[in-house]
Amino acid sequence: MPEDMVVRTRGVKRIYHLGKVVVEALRGIDMEVRRGEYISIMGPSGSGKSTLFNMIGGLDKPSEGRVYIDEVDVAQLDAYELAWLRCRKIGYIFQTFNLIPVMTALENVTLPMIFAGMSLDDARDKGVELLERVGLGTRVHHKPFELSGGQQQRVAVARALANDPAIVLADEPTGNLDLKTGKEIISLLKTMNREKQVTIISATHDLKMIDVSDRIFWIRDGRIERVERRADVSIEVGEIEGE
Amino acid sequence: MNQEKVGRQIVLPFSVSVRISFNSMRIRLGRSFITIMGILLTIAFLMSILAQASIQNALISRGSPAIAAKITVDESTQARMRWLISLSLLVCAVGITNSMLMSVTERYREIGTMKCLGALDSFVIRLFLLESLFQGIAGSLLGIIIGTLGVTLISLINYGSEVLRVFPLLELFRYILFSLVVGIVLTTLGAIYPAYRAARMVPAEAMRREE
Ligand SMILES: Nc1ncnc2c1ncn2[C@@H]1O[C@H](COP(=O)(O)OP(=O)(O)OP(=O)(O)O)[C@@H](O)[C@H]1O
Ligand SMILES: [Mg+2]
Repeated sequence: MPEDMVVRTRGVKRIYHLGKVVVEALRGIDMEVRRGEYISIMGPSGSGKSTLFNMIGGLDKPSEGRVYIDEVDVAQLDAYELAWLRCRKIGYIFQTFNLIPVMTALENVTLPMIFAGMSLDDARDKGVELLERVGLGTRVHHKPFELSGGQQQRVAVARALANDPAIVLADEPTGNLDLKTGKEIISLLKTMNREKQVTIISATHDLKMIDVSDRIFWIRDGRIERVERRADVSIEVGEIEGE
Repeated sequence: MNQEKVGRQIVLPFSVSVRISFNSMRIRLGRSFITIMGILLTIAFLMSILAQASIQNALISRGSPAIAAKITVDESTQARMRWLISLSLLVCAVGITNSMLMSVTERYREIGTMKCLGALDSFVIRLFLLESLFQGIAGSLLGIIIGTLGVTLISLINYGSEVLRVFPLLELFRYILFSLVVGIVLTTLGAIYPAYRAARMVPAEAMRREE
C-alpha cells in the first residue's frame, strides 16, 4: 500500500425499490480517504450524502461495489465483527443527535464503552473526561431533553469519540443548529481531528465546513462530481453562497 | 493500535442487560405504566371471567339448594360462559401484543442507534425480552389480584357468605397460574417479534422508521 487509506470505496451503488419505482441513490462511488483527513461531502438535497454515510459506516449494505475500512472489506464481516467495527473503529454523529432519550449525558457517552467491555467505573471516568472536553462538565447528569440542541450534539460528539475511533462519521451535524452553535460544533470536530488525528468525514450542506476541511467531495445525483482541496475552493465560497 | 484488524464484539454479561433494561423502564415510568395498565386490564378481564365461572360452579355443586337455584344454568349459559372465556383470551392476545408492538416500534430509532454504538442483535433482543418480562409479570399479577378480588366481592354481595364456604380455592389457584402464564407469554411474544425484526434490520433502516 502506497498510502494509508482508512476508507476506500469501489463502485458503490445503492438502489432503492419503492414499489415499481427504482431510485438509484448512489451510482458508483469511488473514493479514498487518508488517515487523519477532514473530509466534507457536499451536495444538494437528495444527492445521496446520507446514503453514502450509511455505506461508509456499515449501517447499510451497498447494492453493488465494496467498502473497505482500514483495508478490510466490510461485506466480508460477520455480525460480531461488524458490531466491533461500529463500536471501536467508527464514531457516528447524526443531524438529529440520536441520543438515547432515557439516558443521561454520561450514560449516553459510556454506552459504547460498555459495549466494548470496559468496566463501569473506567467508562464513567472516561465519560466525564470526554464531556469535560466538549464543554459539558457541568451537564453530566442531564437528560437529552434538558439540554439545548448544541449541547445534545456535544454529547453526541463525546459519545462518538468514546472508544477512540479511527473515523468519525457525521451526517449534517450542524443541520439542526443555529449559526453560532453550528460553528462551535465544527470547531470542536476540527480540534478533535487535530488533537487525536481522528479522520472526520462529514456529509453537509453547511458551507462553514469548507474552511476546516482538507478535501471536499461534491456529489450530485449519486455520483462524485469533483473533489477539491480547501485551498482551491475557498475562493469560490462566495459564488456558491449566491447560488 | 491503528493497524489492528477487525476484532469480534464481546457478548455482554447478563447483569448488564438487566441493569440497562431496568433503568430504561424506571425512567420511562409513565410509558411503562401505560403498557402495564394495558396488560393489567386484559388479564383482570380474563381472570374475572374465569373466577366467576369457577365460583358459580362451586355454588351450584356444593352450595345450598336455595342459592344454587338462584343461578340458572342451562345449556345456553354454559355456552355463553365458554364464549366469554374464548373472547377474553382473544382480547388478551390482541390487547397485549398490540401494546407491546407499540412500545417497541416507537423505539426503532433507539434500537438503530444502539446498533451503531456496537450492540449485537442478541443484546437488543435480550433487552426487550427482559423489559417485557418485567412488565408482563407486574401487569399480570396486578390484573389477577384485581380480577379475583373484584369477582369475589361481587359474588359475596350477590350470594352472601355461602360463597366463602364453597370457595373453590384450588381451582382458582389453577386459573391464577393459567392467567399468569397467559399474561407473561403474550407479553414476551408480543415484544420479541417486533424487537427481533428491528434488531435484524440494518441500522440505517431502523433509524429511518417512525419518521
Ligand atoms: N430508505 C430509502 N428508501 C427509498 N429511497 C431512499 C431511501 N433513502 C434514500 N432514498 C432516496 O435516495 C436519494 C438520496 O437520498 P439521501 O438521503 O442520501 O440524500 P441526501 O444527499 O442525504 O439529502 P439531504 O441533504 O436532504 O439529507 C433520494 O432520492 C432519496 O429519496
Ligand atoms: Mg441526508
